[in-house]
Amino acid sequence: MHLRSSGVRRRLAEDREREDTIDLHLMSASATAAERAAVDAMLGRPESVWEGGARSAVDGHVAFGGYHAAARRRHLLLPALQALQGEIGWISPGGLTYVSERLGVPPAEAYGVASFYALLATEERPRRVAHVCEDVSCRIRGGDALLAALGHRADVVPSPCLGQCDRSPAVLVQRAGEDDVSLWGATPEDVTRYLAGAPRPHRDAGEFGVPQTVDRRSELRLLHRVGAVDPWSLEDYRASGGYEALARSLEMGAAAVIEEVKRSGIRGRGGAAFPMGAKWEAVAMSGAEVRYLICNADEAEPGTFKDRGLMEGDPFAVVESMTIAGIAVGATRGYLYLRGEYPIANRHVAAAIVAARRAGLLGDDIAGSGVAFDVEIRIGGGAYICGEETALFNSIEGFRGEPRQKPPYPTEAGLFGAPTVVNNVETLLNVPMIVLEGGDAYARIGTPQSTGPKLFCLSGAVAVPGVYEVEFGATVGDLIEMAGGVTGPLRAVLLGGASGAFIGPDLLDLPLTFEDTRAAGLSLGSGVVMPFTTEADMADVVRRIAAFFRDESCGQCVPCRVGTVRQEETLHRITIGSPNGSRRRDVALLAEIDAAMKDASICALGHTAGTAVQSAIALGLIGGAP
Amino acid sequence: MTASIEITIDGRSVGVAAGTTILGACRSIGADQPTLCYLENLTPVNTCRVCVVEVAGSRALVPACSRRVEQGMEVRTDTERVRHSRKMVYEFLASSVDLSLVDDATRDWMTRYGVDPDRFGPPAPPAGDRDRRNAGHHADPALDAAETVAQPVKVHDELYVRDYGKCILCYKCVEACGPDAQNTFAIAVAGRGFDARISTEFDVDLTQSACVYCGNCIGVCPTGALMFRSEFELRKAGVWDESAQTVTRTVCSYCGVGCNLELHVQDNRIVKVTSPLDHEVTSGHLCIKGRFGYDYVQELGDDLATTPIDVVLASVRGRDGAA
Ligand SMILES: Cc1cc2nc3c(=O)[nH]c(=O)nc-3n(C[C@H](O)[C@H](O)[C@H](O)COP(=O)(O)O)c2cc1C
Ligand code: SF4
Ligand code: SF4
Ligand code: SF4
Ligand code: FES
Ligand code: FES
Repeated sequence: MHLRSSGVRRRLAEDREREDTIDLHLMSASATAAERAAVDAMLGRPESVWEGGARSAVDGHVAFGGYHAAARRRHLLLPALQALQGEIGWISPGGLTYVSERLGVPPAEAYGVASFYALLATEERPRRVAHVCEDVSCRIRGGDALLAALGHRADVVPSPCLGQCDRSPAVLVQRAGEDDVSLWGATPEDVTRYLAGAPRPHRDAGEFGVPQTVDRRSELRLLHRVGAVDPWSLEDYRASGGYEALARSLEMGAAAVIEEVKRSGIRGRGGAAFPMGAKWEAVAMSGAEVRYLICNADEAEPGTFKDRGLMEGDPFAVVESMTIAGIAVGATRGYLYLRGEYPIANRHVAAAIVAARRAGLLGDDIAGSGVAFDVEIRIGGGAYICGEETALFNSIEGFRGEPRQKPPYPTEAGLFGAPTVVNNVETLLNVPMIVLEGGDAYARIGTPQSTGPKLFCLSGAVAVPGVYEVEFGATVGDLIEMAGGVTGPLRAVLLGGASGAFIGPDLLDLPLTFEDTRAAGLSLGSGVVMPFTTEADMADVVRRIAAFFRDESCGQCVPCRVGTVRQEETLHRITIGSPNGSRRRDVALLAEIDAAMKDASICALGHTAGTAVQSAIALGLIGGAP
Repeated sequence: MTASIEITIDGRSVGVAAGTTILGACRSIGADQPTLCYLENLTPVNTCRVCVVEVAGSRALVPACSRRVEQGMEVRTDTERVRHSRKMVYEFLASSVDLSLVDDATRDWMTRYGVDPDRFGPPAPPAGDRDRRNAGHHADPALDAAETVAQPVKVHDELYVRDYGKCILCYKCVEACGPDAQNTFAIAVAGRGFDARISTEFDVDLTQSACVYCGNCIGVCPTGALMFRSEFELRKAGVWDESAQTVTRTVCSYCGVGCNLELHVQDNRIVKVTSPLDHEVTSGHLCIKGRFGYDYVQELGDDLATTPIDVVLASVRGRDGAA
């Protein structure tokens, strides 16, 4: 790459010198003072004309930067674009050009990145925009009505699942120059108030509770602090046992920690169910000088909100768990990749990181041990696919969130090409327990093949939606009962999220373990249990799932990019009753589309994009027998 | 790289050098596989998925163009699963993209797999907004038509046109413009999902972008989406005739690098210029002079134009000033 010679860059430099010849297009493409200030606040002030700064005498003689400097700064692209979005409300040609100059990223590539994310606007739009959830749970619990009540306005757009399915309808009000506001149980008046600029509401600690903590706190291992311990207070965290595990792990040493994690038998909670110990060991043994730990908090699987609960209600536990993990695998830097729709979790975890750093629990010398580790939060831009671990790497590195073909696996070549451990928030939050109680004790919880406690996200047609913690082994029916039962005659349960499958009432006795779901041809996914009653318009729900995959496909590979479109079209024809030929033909076509997406796509988004649709057809959820 | 790796392809034992791709191994025994996004002189991006094969032990199919061989690998290239996925990939593309100018090999594979794009319904009419769609949002699908990428051709200068209704998003042009050849980065993939597209920043015209008109993107485009303006106009006028063309190999006369040119000549007129992919100097890539600067060897002008070809070429050159 030879970024210095990019045409736009050259022209800009020329234009500054020969103002009389600036053409209109380029004039409109220079950044305003406010745009420069927004970007500079993120990147620091430019040091030379080569970085978009003012010309100084030395600039005529020395070229700063160059390819390597630019490559090192590329990872700041998304944060810089987010700075523009956050302050200005959109990414204008001038703003984008300035970011490109500052970072040495070709404008076409910067635009490719900006236009990839749903929370970044590349056309001017209102400074405050309400993203109103239209996804599976909200649409049957008031989201559709809310959207209808708000009517057609430029500052209201429908949104995929906002991770607040336990408190539908959910809204994210994205605002330029002001705090974003996350709303739940939202009314049209709430939405219009925050669209009009009302300050972000103050939330007290009690709001980050889970229904289960009320009467059964003593039995909870993962949720015991959520809603009970002040998420802002390091003292309270410590008083409730926090940071004991870090101290213990430093005494034990990395190898012993990994040994306990392996003995615990814990598998990942993010969807792929990969043994955590094996991942850690691979990175720990890699011998690479640079390694990374990533906590995957992108949580965008429709119906999933457990990680939000953990981050809002127990943010120090996230930081402590990442610290133990990072040190164990030999990483000195950890990233928390947090979805952009979680402003509250962001504030809580960011505050916890600052407090931990002040207390010497992050930084160059953790708790006096001489070991270094620190955590940086990276905010997503509104893209479900960026939860896929390799897409997540590309997103952090400043590229489009397109997954990479595996192999190589992240443990060999992950973030910035270095061996990387990626774990889900919930997975990581088991680590303190494993360290303190030992892997063997942990392995006795749950079933032999599915060890430990597990969080499930109950939403949809249940009386008391929320995050519920059980030991592995609880059945679908048990969980629904914990959530107060179904609100009407049960028609089907969506298991595992949009990438999971529908099951019928006959499977209520299915234990939700890795082995039992696998034997039934299902997957636990991210722990979603979403019942629907006979009242629900199932065709509409399944169409929404198909639309979701079409919207969220990164577009890289043909089977998924076009397959998700053809799936949605065919499904619409079937459900609306005007099949192309016959219903039987269209149903067969859907199966063929699914098979190709499953077999030939690059990543698991494509592999699972047809799963829910196929299960819905098999169950007769969309109009009679297949 | 001398270590030999033994694998089997459809039951046949094959020994190839370590680092070879499955595709390379297949080709070494004359068992070619279909490809669209693969090209010898570019880094494999494995996005089209038309080359997928079955590899024992792998749950999903594997792209032959990028996956390197491993000792003992068992590869199957003609199973029901492979045929089905390849057929679907071609049908997905043929139902959404204008494939009228793909090469004969692709056409043969499509015939072999029984591709029938009409299964998804008739194509929807062209869209005028593909460069302005927002990630994460789309309109409800039409009930009686299959969405396509059809859109107006971008004709902005006299050198080449971009007809993204023919674009299969193979990423080749982006690679050729970027790190694999030109290092100009004038174009990139923008947008997401089905709305992903090749674009300059904010879709500005090429003349206002970083483009230096090397034409290397044209050289690698497998579908005719990127095309010399001369070819585009000659096709439009109905006088483009490849069977009447000769291809003459020569050396570019502009500088001392020694790039080989292939002059495509019809009716004694140069109608486009390419460079051989396997040429050691160019790997198929040229600069603006070699690619487009050939008019000095042929005198064109409204008053001199006599043949239909001359009339078209003169009109191309006349547009927007001198060529
Ligand atoms: C489309 C897609 C989205 C994903 N989103 C998430 C996510 O939001 N959070 C997560 O932990 N894992 C997600 N995953 C799974 C990750 O790729 C990865 O397997 C996981 O983070 C590993 O952590 P674990 O082993 O602790 O489960 C997603 C996978 C796919 C294919
Ligand atoms: S399967 Fe879908 S999301 Fe995954 S790489 Fe392919 S297009 Fe992108
Ligand atoms: S002509 Fe050359 S510089 Fe211009 S877009 Fe194509 S490859 Fe890039
Ligand atoms: S324009 Fe041509 S080379 Fe570029 S992505 Fe499209 S089909 Fe491929
Ligand atoms: S927040 Fe609306 S469905 Fe999840
Ligand atoms: S040729 Fe292999 S994926 Fe395109």
